[in-house]
Amino acid sequence: MSNTTASRTNILARLREPQRPECGFDERDYLSRFDWDRAERVRRFTERMVAVRAEVHQATADTWLDVVKQVCAAKGLKNLLVSPETERGKQIHAQAEHFPALKTYDRPIEGWKEELFYGVDAAFTSTFGGIAETGTLILMPDAEEPRLMSLVPPVHIAVLEVDKLYTTFAEAVQEQGWVKTGMPSNALLVSGPSKSADIEQTLAYGVHGPKELVVILV
Amino acid sequence: MNMTQQKPDTLYFFGTCLIDLMYPQAGVSAIQLIQRAGVNVIFPPAQTCCGQPAWNSGYRDEARAVARAQIALFPKPIPIVIPSGSCAGMMKAHYPELFKGEADEAQALDVAGRVFELTEFLVDVLQIELQDLGAPIKVAVHTSCSARREMGVADKIESLLGQLSNVERVEHARKPECCGFGGTFAVKEPEISAAMVLDKTTHIRNAGVDRLVSQDGGCLMNISGAMEKQGNAIPSQHIAEFLWERTGGNAS
Amino acid sequence: MTSEFRLTVRENLAKAEVRANFYRAMDGLMTRRLDQFPDKVELERLRTQSMAIRANALSKLPELLEQLEANLTRNGIQVHWAETTDQANQIVLGIMQQHNAQSIIKGKSMVSEEMGLNHFLEALGIEALESDLGEFIIQLDHEAPSHIIMPAIHKNRVQIAKLFHEKFPDIPYTEDVDELTQLARRILRDKFYAAPVGLSGVNFMVAETGTLCLVENEGNGRMSTTAPPVHIAVTGIEKVVESLSDVPPLLSILTRSATGQPITTYVNMISSPRKPGEKDGPEEVHLVLLDNGRSNIYSDPELLATLRCIRCGACINHCPVYVRIGGHSYGTVYPGPIGSILEPQKAGLDVHGELTQASTLCGACSEVCPVRIPIPSILNRLRYDGVRKDAANTNTVGSGKRRTLSEAATWKTWAWAATHPALYHTGSKLATRFKGMLPTNLGAWTSVRTAPKLAESTLHERLKALGVDHE
Repeated sequence: MSNTTASRTNILARLREPQRPECGFDERDYLSRFDWDRAERVRRFTERMVAVRAEVHQATADTWLDVVKQVCAAKGLKNLLVSPETERGKQIHAQAEHFPALKTYDRPIEGWKEELFYGVDAAFTSTFGGIAETGTLILMPDAEEPRLMSLVPPVHIAVLEVDKLYTTFAEAVQEQGWVKTGMPSNALLVSGPSKSADIEQTLAYGVHGPKELVVILV
Repeated sequence: MNMTQQKPDTLYFFGTCLIDLMYPQAGVSAIQLIQRAGVNVIFPPAQTCCGQPAWNSGYRDEARAVARAQIALFPKPIPIVIPSGSCAGMMKAHYPELFKGEADEAQALDVAGRVFELTEFLVDVLQIELQDLGAPIKVAVHTSCSARREMGVADKIESLLGQLSNVERVEHARKPECCGFGGTFAVKEPEISAAMVLDKTTHIRNAGVDRLVSQDGGCLMNISGAMEKQGNAIPSQHIAEFLWERTGGNAS
Repeated sequence: MTSEFRLTVRENLAKAEVRANFYRAMDGLMTRRLDQFPDKVELERLRTQSMAIRANALSKLPELLEQLEANLTRNGIQVHWAETTDQANQIVLGIMQQHNAQSIIKGKSMVSEEMGLNHFLEALGIEALESDLGEFIIQLDHEAPSHIIMPAIHKNRVQIAKLFHEKFPDIPYTEDVDELTQLARRILRDKFYAAPVGLSGVNFMVAETGTLCLVENEGNGRMSTTAPPVHIAVTGIEKVVESLSDVPPLLSILTRSATGQPITTYVNMISSPRKPGEKDGPEEVHLVLLDNGRSNIYSDPELLATLRCIRCGACINHCPVYVRIGGHSYGTVYPGPIGSILEPQKAGLDVHGELTQASTLCGACSEVCPVRIPIPSILNRLRYDGVRKDAANTNTVGSGKRRTLSEAATWKTWAWAATHPALYHTGSKLATRFKGMLPTNLGAWTSVRTAPKLAESTLHERLKALGVDHE
């Protein structure tokens, strides 16, 4: 391998050599704010999500489990990957007989990569929050709900608590204190199913990630 | 923007090299429009060129020498009106760069600060009122890129034409797109320039107009030259000449 | 002499189908961008803010890079520095060799194009497979990207259908975009499954938290950075921003300017490899920071603005030259207006200096640039650097190398004439009188236009006759 330490020294020296460029602008800290109430945030979020072909279902603390069941049934899912550790995951696992065969991400990927890549129909995850302006889910994958859950299976079902729906990304970062708490290994913004417009500007869904994204608002 | 400029008694007129040689009637009409509004016009006879061709080709020393000869011609604290977005843009936006650190920088900045593009001056300062005496006519407007983006005066030509009751402005496809002139660009990259002007003439022809007007001679020379080569050209005119004709001025 | 660039341009201007592909695509992109900014005041404010964020980062570049490195290292990401593309390629190779990797799967990365990584690895018998759909398509056809955001924009669906059928003859011919996409999904999923190393670019690096942000729609970026056990990110040293709060405004203007989307499907923020207890994600994450001429651009207070670029491609989408000649005509990794200022600075004015002429300076690019890079001014400056006599007074590579005796003499003569008004005006007057004797064949100009028509008399003469004040 080449000597990257020497390169580091050289590059930094070159950057320090010229007279320090001035920034010259002080408009950096402006924060867009929208005065949207809860209903407006839900409306905007839903509108954006639907515009990119995500499914959005409204539910309550009592009905969300039934909505997940209905979604699974409607899509004819043969199996569903759900964490047995998260609060909602526990509830699903407690009623396993009403769901397609439940699978769990209970070992490192190396132990079941083939099954995850080729044998899982759908995954259910929680979310860390949402963004109304752009119709976005915030995911912070962890040991219970690892990164690939929201990426590899063709269908991703996610629950978003409306209390965690912010107006903008900037607001979410600030109010959830991302910097203070420190960034997780991987944080994600997901705004719809995987798509591409690389062929003749025509949208096609499900390129590498899920073809379908189902959001259940609670 | 010289938004605070009051209507002056007298102003300087910078005719531009292109209008001097190819569209002198546009220069005459511009001056007549200004005089008719009650403003005296001084035309310093030693004026030649703003220096833009050399500036855009990278020959800054040569551009500066020519520009320096021009800034000496406008000593009085009165507006300098230019019937071209391109030349006005050169003086207003680029003289400050060209003279940065030079002994006469202050003089260049002073000149730059007094520059107006003609249509901008007619609308914003003279607040000219036009009475259309001509027969019904359909026109297409081509606004030069420098008038549109460097000077930000694309709306002025539209509002002047909007005052003329018998003039119907017809929009054409890709109107804000460059005609492909670009000064020396047309010579240095002739193939691209040709493709651009060909598209521009097609869009203007498709609009079905009787005449093409513009605030810049360079674009006119490019577009009308292409139309003439193609045959069956739509007549084109500098905005000053068109306004003067429509409002009863007798071409001298 | 007709330059290589002009010959290529001529060839590409003649390809009607490709030109139509570009026209259709750029029209769509311009419309979609416009739809995303209904509020012009808000747009201009966001552009100013984005410019300020990037300018702030550049004003502290060495410190921010050190802070970034310290935070990434603390997070477990290994940082490598490369002065040249050669070094960057060697670093990637070295990491692959440590893992005995014989293949690499790539998410979309323009810096890897800049490095020529695919060719470098392929020459060593290592498979480098593109997984972005557009990149996958052009790799099948052994082409380079024609656009930084939409690499296969020059092809239409029929051309792509034929290409797929030729490369995968077992699969029935289809022109259906969904079917073509699903075909690519199946092929690439196997590759993601097996790939020992994934490579990606980076859109923003956050110094404050040690975070790499990647923006994409397909999921190829997430796959490349998550599924393989090793992830290598490659990017330019200028891509750093100071704080996490700098990301939301930049992200917002990036996606809206680029493809007219409020946000891309995925925004992937990577701050560490797999931590103990986590069940997936790469065991190793590497970041390769590439200079390749950037620090030299940095040394010039005016040209520095080039480095504000966030690679949205809006300047390309709005360029009347690009839409006609297409991305391949430029002969560089980055085409269009941004390419015309970046590539001559990186490779030298003696190599790509002609690109500074490939613009009418119409300003359509700077009008839409989300970080307000004054592209026409930089083009003008580079034209100056190209022909200036005091080449030693600028750091621009290849300065002075475009100066020719004949051109310099022409401008000198012109300046002499334009500073001698009496002679100048006599000349103009004579020209109008003897215009019949002027040549009507002016080469390139008259190939599509009539020769400029001089008036019967000059403005100077007419005004004198009219008695306009000649004070």
